[in-house]
Amino acid sequence: MQELDTVGQGSVRVTRKSDKLVIVEKDLATEQMVLAMGPQHPSTHGVLKLECLTDGEVITEAVPCLGYLHRCFEKCCENVDYPAIVPYTDRLDYLSAMNSEFAYAMAVEKLLDIEIPRRVEFIRVLVSELNRIASHLVAIGTYGIDLGAFTPFLFCFRDREIILGLLEWASGARMLYNYIWIGGLAYDVPADFLQRVREFVNYFRPKALELNNLLTSNEIFLKRTHGIGIMPPEVAINYGWSGPMLRGSGVKWDLRRNDPYSIYPELDFKVAVPDGKNSVIGDCLSRHLVRAIEMEESLKIIEQCIDKMPSSEGFNSRSAIPKRIRPKAGEVYSRAENPRGELGFYIESDGKSTKPVRCKARSSCFVNLSAMKDLSKGQLIPDLVAIIGSIDIVLGEVDR
Amino acid sequence: MEEGKPVSQSVQQSAAAYSMIQQQFGSAVSPLDANETMPFFEVVETARWVEIAHFMRDNAKLKFNYLACLTGVDYPAEEKVGIICNFESLALLDHKLAVKLKCQRHGGSLPSISCLWHTANWHEREVFDLFGITFAGHPEMRRILCPDDWEGSPLLKDYKVQQSYRGIKVPY
Repeated sequence: MQELDTVGQGSVRVTRKSDKLVIVEKDLATEQMVLAMGPQHPSTHGVLKLECLTDGEVITEAVPCLGYLHRCFEKCCENVDYPAIVPYTDRLDYLSAMNSEFAYAMAVEKLLDIEIPRRVEFIRVLVSELNRIASHLVAIGTYGIDLGAFTPFLFCFRDREIILGLLEWASGARMLYNYIWIGGLAYDVPADFLQRVREFVNYFRPKALELNNLLTSNEIFLKRTHGIGIMPPEVAINYGWSGPMLRGSGVKWDLRRNDPYSIYPELDFKVAVPDGKNSVIGDCLSRHLVRAIEMEESLKIIEQCIDKMPSSEGFNSRSAIPKRIRPKAGEVYSRAENPRGELGFYIESDGKSTKPVRCKARSSCFVNLSAMKDLSKGQLIPDLVAIIGSIDIVLGEVDR
Repeated sequence: MEEGKPVSQSVQQSAAAYSMIQQQFGSAVSPLDANETMPFFEVVETARWVEIAHFMRDNAKLKFNYLACLTGVDYPAEEKVGIICNFESLALLDHKLAVKLKCQRHGGSLPSISCLWHTANWHEREVFDLFGITFAGHPEMRRILCPDDWEGSPLLKDYKVQQSYRGIKVPY
């Protein structure tokens, strides 16, 4: 040991030889290293770049660099008419385009102050919840891949394909639908659509259970996520978190329940929060579990929508669409519960133009990601991958 | 507000919250615009913004713990730019209120509230990036969506895109 004391400040590597520590290397470099993850990195789920300051394996600071997918959505909106913005909203969060359209359509309808036919509302909720399942399937599948589990990904994409097929049948497009219009829908659903959705629900329910067991009974998956990236509820609210991220921290907050819109007040579903039995509340595993439970709740909502849907007799999906969309002067901030959290639209109308003066999308991923700096401090590099995956970002929505 | 329509409960709650702020700060805030879609008031004395925001967050009867959205807006007719903050008391008192602030259009500055709500950090950087408002007291006031060496503020109404960026022709 005496030998060690004489070394002084420099860092050394030692080895044990017959109860004695012997220095193998002296004066090792200990300065911090900058490690750039992305923008072309598979585990960042798109073109996100993280500049990590690392001390060995430990991250001292990770700074997200955004903007690689910035298309200035808001400037585009100021130059087109209200209905023409709907396809742009598809391209925000391209994994849940229906939900984005729904949020935007609701915001403009609030400005216009118009009534929507009940069947339109039911179809909107139905397709949004289908899209929510598809979106969560991507989130869960790719999260498995991030942590080394490949099989769940294949399961997820197999089942997601059925949903995309259904939505394509209804709207004509696989991912970017342009289906929910201001005041109505592009088309009514096809004749056998509800029957086929019900078949899907019956098919998917056991599959969702199987998928969940596959991950949550996997020792490696649990080890990688349990107790990692813990976010206390107060800090989560202060960071403006929403959706599964906020619920993962134990805050029972769901806009479908707490600030209800459309027909959600009539539907019976529970707000998913972790119970803390299998996970530490606020960790990566909790956020994963919330998504898994939410898929089952969405199935429940879909079934209720099918049961309660008003008949298509004499129904015209475009009957409530105004001939000319020119809201009176005013502004609105309206939001909806998307798979990734609160998607809000701030829209300002001057009352004269058919184009909005200002249309801002408050993106949930952008806000959720802003906590990255605090979440990653003191974590190991592999845990950083687990944390990014649990945030479930879509860069189309972050960068807009 | 339209005549004859009853004021909804959420607007009443917003009005109650506003009256507390108005009592505390008097003429520093404008009267409430109690419209149905987004009730808001404006902070006239922008220098007191952090003080007002702090009161809104910590007062036991207000508890605006959640900053849902922070937006920049351009008002070319008034030669001003501004921000709009949508506050909410999430899971506590369940009321909402929007606040507006304005400053001069070019080289304008407003106090930063990122010390009170972490989420304001990135929102304010976005407003700085797209509208050119600087936020005094912000820990890292730099662009977030556009490249650091981009010129101009894209969301201003009279924005003209630069001719070239690092030798690449920009307008197409």
